Amino acid sequence: MTKASPTIGILALQGDFKEHARKFQQLGCKAVEVRRTYQLESIDALVLPGGESTAIAILESVETEFDQKEGIFDAIKRKIGEGLPVWGTCMGSILLAKEIEGSAQGRLAVMDITIRRNAYGAQRWSAEREIAIPVIGDEPFPAVFIRAPIITATGPNVKILARGEDGIYMARERNILATVFHPEVVADRRVHEYFLGLLTTLT
Amino acid sequence: MSENPQSNGHSKDHSINGAQPKRGSELVKRAFPQMLKGGVIMDVVNAEQAKIAEDAGAVAVMALERVPADIRADGGVARMSDPELIIQIIEAVSIPVMAKARIGHFVEAQILQALNVDCIDESEVLTMADEENHIDKTKFDIPFVCGARNLGEALRRISEGAAMIRTKGEAGTGDVVEAVRHARSIFGEIRRLSAMSTDELYSYAKTIAAPIELVQYVALHASLPVVNFAAGGLATPADAALLMQLGVDGVFVGSGIFKSGDPAKRARAIVKATTHFNDPDILAQVSRGLGEPMVGRTVTSLAQSELLAARGI
Repeated sequence: MTKASPTIGILALQGDFKEHARKFQQLGCKAVEVRRTYQLESIDALVLPGGESTAIAILESVETEFDQKEGIFDAIKRKIGEGLPVWGTCMGSILLAKEIEGSAQGRLAVMDITIRRNAYGAQRWSAEREIAIPVIGDEPFPAVFIRAPIITATGPNVKILARGEDGIYMARERNILATVFHPEVVADRRVHEYFLGLLTTLT
Repeated sequence: MSENPQSNGHSKDHSINGAQPKRGSELVKRAFPQMLKGGVIMDVVNAEQAKIAEDAGAVAVMALERVPADIRADGGVARMSDPELIIQIIEAVSIPVMAKARIGHFVEAQILQALNVDCIDESEVLTMADEENHIDKTKFDIPFVCGARNLGEALRRISEGAAMIRTKGEAGTGDVVEAVRHARSIFGEIRRLSAMSTDELYSYAKTIAAPIELVQYVALHASLPVVNFAAGGLATPADAALLMQLGVDGVFVGSGIFKSGDPAKRARAIVKATTHFNDPDILAQVSRGLGEPMVGRTVTSLAQSELLAARGI
């Protein structure tokens, strides 16, 4: 991935995909909204935004119902298997997880993590807090947790990038990055820059 | 709710840097509706309907005692729902639960926050509790959504602390005409504003009775500082896609789903149409064979006293 300005696809079935797109545009990338399977072919990386994971799992069925081809989850899984860098925020991290505590809902199941949906309870307990993320520098990052999940267990190949006493906030397994908070809703661009850095180091 | 380790009020600080988690900030309240974008929020009156909505792909449900069409038919005073019903709905689904408080009824809002609803709709669909004042929404830790017919109303609600705006439309009619009018009005005013020179903004702020700081924000960014959904009279997948193409971030569907012949199928179709709002092939596909839509009433057939949108300006 030596392109000067990579094309970042943002899964736009539902969620705060525009916030991610704006961030990547500020960083000099092209950002495209992805709703259909064929749109996955022209991107250099994929972002799964914040949103509602149950709604996404239902929307996933549109592609297969519509033209009986490969569903968008299957296509994303195939691309990730081929090495496409992917980053899930909040809902996105739920879609990536192999295990979702107490739920059989549809998912990509590509990352060796166990996740607990809505770990803090109702919106009243959503919060912003400064967290340490050593891979992006010494300055704490203003992490926004909105009805956030938390990573409760990781497999042997998963690198933990940020954690607290209550669990893991950010982790990476090869080309797959997961954050349970929302870097796309704050001005700080360092997590987006870190993800773009993966595009070059992975190849 | 009882499983929430933090609901006892003795929450433990898990921050690794010793910084306290900051709850109820403007950032945290405004970020919640951002996660609902591109989605459908459905009115439900019991746990069973809530489950149907969740299974159809709703991003949130709005808990209320009667859908707007029934409020219209039954008459009488429409108030906040029974807390028992709201708790049953919260326990039935994993998606966010919203509930309605009467305009200006800050005690109903306090109760809804204590019940752990995720968002409060200070709604003109219920009978007004205060004809002069809206709720001071900055005092609450959870976000509020409020209705608006035009930019002035939207910015006044935002200045009172609303974290999300929706068009008022004309709830309970199944007639989309008012939602379209309000969406066109808000987006048209935003476009006009963003073409003005900075010295013209002061007089415009006065004209629409909105705070100058918010008017300046809209002029600079060509958008509201909060998420903006459509509501009030949407009944079909095409209605949802129409409002999405006009520029809203997502849709509320009230009576349109559970007053139709096949609620589960229609709900799912509206969810898909809201995502694929710009794809006529998919819209044609999902609109097929949905059964009877809600019968509805045209807005022009309503008496002046039956119009809900004029409440709370």
